[in-house]
Amino acid sequence: MKPLYGMTIHEAHDLLKKREISAVELTRAVLDRINAVEPLIDAYITITAGQAISDAEAADQAISRGDIRPLTGIPLAVKDLICTRGVRTTCASKMLENFTPPYDAAVMTKLNAAGAVMTGKVNMDEFAMGSSTENSAFKITRNPWDLNRVPGGSSGGSAAAVAADMCLGALGSDTGGSIRQPASHCGVVGLKPTYGRVSRFGLVAFASSLDQIGPLAKDITDAAILMDAVSGHDPKDATSVNREVPDYVAGLTRDIKGLTIGIPREYHASEGISPDVQTAIDGAADVFKNLGAQFVEISLPHTQYAVAAYYLIAPAEAGSNLARYDGVKYGFRAADPSGLMDMYCRTRSAGFGPEVQRRIMLGTYALSAGYYDAYYKKASQVRTLIRRDFEKAFKICDIILAPVAPTPAFPIGQNIDDPLAMYLSDIFTLSANLAGIPGLSAPCGFSKDGLPVGMQLLGNFFDEQTLLTAAFQFEQATDIHLKKPQLPAH
Amino acid sequence: MEFEPVIGLEVHAQLKTRTKIFCGCDTAFGAPPNTHVCPVCLGMPGVLPVLNRIVVEYAIKMALATNCDIAPKSRFARKNYFYPDLPKGYQISQYELPIAEGGYVEVDADGGNSRKIGLTRIHMEEDAGKLIHDPDRPHSRVDLNRTGVPLIEIVSEPDIRSPREAGAYLRQLRAILRYLDISDGNMEEGSFRCDANVSVRPAGSDPLGTRTEVKNINSFKFVESALAYEIKRQIAVLEDGGVIIQETRLWDSGRQRTVSMRGKEEAHDYRYFSDPDLVPLVIDDAWIETIRKTLPELPRARKARFVDNFGLPEHDADILTSSKELADYFEACVRQINAPKLVSNWVMGPLLALLNAEGRTIADTPVSPERMAELLALVENGTISGKIAKTIFDEMVQTGESPEAVVSRKELVQVTDEAALEAIVDRVLAANPSEVESYRGGKTKLMGFFVGQIMKETRGKANPQIVNTLLKNKLG
Repeated sequence: MKPLYGMTIHEAHDLLKKREISAVELTRAVLDRINAVEPLIDAYITITAGQAISDAEAADQAISRGDIRPLTGIPLAVKDLICTRGVRTTCASKMLENFTPPYDAAVMTKLNAAGAVMTGKVNMDEFAMGSSTENSAFKITRNPWDLNRVPGGSSGGSAAAVAADMCLGALGSDTGGSIRQPASHCGVVGLKPTYGRVSRFGLVAFASSLDQIGPLAKDITDAAILMDAVSGHDPKDATSVNREVPDYVAGLTRDIKGLTIGIPREYHASEGISPDVQTAIDGAADVFKNLGAQFVEISLPHTQYAVAAYYLIAPAEAGSNLARYDGVKYGFRAADPSGLMDMYCRTRSAGFGPEVQRRIMLGTYALSAGYYDAYYKKASQVRTLIRRDFEKAFKICDIILAPVAPTPAFPIGQNIDDPLAMYLSDIFTLSANLAGIPGLSAPCGFSKDGLPVGMQLLGNFFDEQTLLTAAFQFEQATDIHLKKPQLPAH
Repeated sequence: MEFEPVIGLEVHAQLKTRTKIFCGCDTAFGAPPNTHVCPVCLGMPGVLPVLNRIVVEYAIKMALATNCDIAPKSRFARKNYFYPDLPKGYQISQYELPIAEGGYVEVDADGGNSRKIGLTRIHMEEDAGKLIHDPDRPHSRVDLNRTGVPLIEIVSEPDIRSPREAGAYLRQLRAILRYLDISDGNMEEGSFRCDANVSVRPAGSDPLGTRTEVKNINSFKFVESALAYEIKRQIAVLEDGGVIIQETRLWDSGRQRTVSMRGKEEAHDYRYFSDPDLVPLVIDDAWIETIRKTLPELPRARKARFVDNFGLPEHDADILTSSKELADYFEACVRQINAPKLVSNWVMGPLLALLNAEGRTIADTPVSPERMAELLALVENGTISGKIAKTIFDEMVQTGESPEAVVSRKELVQVTDEAALEAIVDRVLAANPSEVESYRGGKTKLMGFFVGQIMKETRGKANPQIVNTLLKNKLG
């Protein structure tokens, strides 16, 4: 039998249900695992061991009363920009290093009600700005498959923690690929839901019109279980959509024979796509073909403008969203300011890291008088065109198959001084955020060097089910997801 | 050269909803600092605004009352600037797509005619907090109780042509807000604030002159003087061959002048953009019609009705309808005693004089409309004279008694018994033979003397008409 920490959510659930293990045993196993490999991986910013054990005890009591739900007693990690009442929520920023929210994010309320156990808060790029988790103010998280490489980002801590069995599943957030890209780099499943599917209440905002919370998981079934738990309308989030949530797990076993998969001309022949990634995606297409899916070439002609549009819209919203960190009310304040302006300037210069400052400046510029029309407004128009590209595409296909990132995980330090190269690596993921459609990343192969490569499935608005079902059928037909990174035994 | 002032006004009115515009916090004024706050209005990380439906209803009411077009789809926008009283670093307001545009307010113009002052727009926004500066140390304290209290901003076209007209426009707006019961409209307490855009141009010319924005006009008392000062200042600059600089100026009520606050170059760039946390606000006709049905009679309509139905002079109707409560008071009286002009005289005269002297509003009048009507009924049926009525009114204010109680306690019933009065008249005439002779010789002015003597004898209770008739008969 594999170790408890190595279980998937559904495997652990079966054992809990049969009372073969207790939630406390499971949680202790995961906490021990965290202690053993955290020095190698550096995934966690805050480990909430005490709270986790008492939550596990409560879960065991519930189970003994016969009250067991899919997440009862399941140890999960939470990206450190999802507010947790009484547990500091840093956004991996010096600005919020000592910020403890007096409220829970809507997703935390749901997870707590579902009986889940939180093991701690995991690392990320500061305020979710980055693609490598190197922009954390606190630590650099390492890719469990190669400790010299990045785990991707911004939800790099979530992806690495799942891949290294430092939790059974995790929540991340995705603004331009921040769930899908680290999931791909770490060989786990990641899903960015449709904009409005999951409440953003309590998710510290990066770019409000693009942010979505979603799961990172060891397999598709686990991702579906987490989606079942966190999806749904929330009156506290005006942008959350009041629309029925299907039972994602129940829908996984549907047949995908006859499913039409679109292959975007523009992605397929994209420059800079590495042979490793191309080979893995081609292999995935073959698997789907064998499962009875059919393929159609589609066109997403405005893809070439997506990076430019994204890097105007996201920073513009970020500049406004991050204005509240001014040293007045909470969080970091520079010492002994000589006046108001001095307090603002020194607080924000010292509290924010370079990437955050870069984006605030970009965004401020994009919204400035005289530049608004040329930048922000134009980008918003491009965004509409990108959404229409997808709407048109989904008239002739059910889902779209695409790469997640142009390359597998890159070495730590490689792109840190080249923000443009870092931005360009988001090319395949950020269109989904601009359009608002769901996107799923699932392991589909390995590079020559043994690094995991993910495929991306994009779906129509609120059709997470088809993505999960297709990926589940793929998973059943392959054993890629079963391969684990080799970490020292303990 | 003759110059013509051109004035446009921006009014911020606090809406008196129970809770704030984007969270459930209490809006009540005067609580200890930072007690009416929550993570949402404190701008804490990750929280989101949820629009208060009542705020939208109030804005729709104002839009309907001022003849605006209500947008079927409007949007909230972020106005970005840094200040410690603004916890999010932006104010949620409306910019490109406000809830209402293109209405007007009718006011009495210079020269007695009514004029329509156009409204550019009405939009909803959240109020900021307050800074309390420590007088002894270089510290400021922040009170965020007011943060998120709903406001509507009402922007007029540059249609106003004199400070007096500006005052009339503001009073009319305030009256409408109060009639709708959506704002206290209190300038001194800050629930009704006004900024003015002022320019001057050669009379009869079309293009607008360079404008200045005058802020800090924080009392109705100052509106006309602030505008008059600024107009005079601009004319003086132009007549001196100078040019007007586009700038923001502050009204200094102590020195009775406007002073430069910041120039165009230092103006904020608010970097407005649609607030991605709030979806477009969709208002359908059904909602508008439901709200339209709840609209009360508005001040201009009520004034017209007071003139038409009660035969009141314009002047009376204007004053009586200036507040809903006063008009309600008047109508309550008239329902009991059908003598509108008598009631009007008493409400505008003794009652308002009393309220003004005591700094009270009609809401806490010491004399209820019922008591007032009882008092005036005694005048109408001749039980007391108007003069005695004033004495009784003063007693009623002092003691809270009913008019009948005062009348019987002080034995103030009018003497209308002709035989009794005739005896008194005879006595007075007999006691003043020389005055009687002078009167008969043509000094008819002495009539007043005789009346006075009789009133003295009766301690003012003699019925003046009967006394007059008796005197004329005896002396004639």
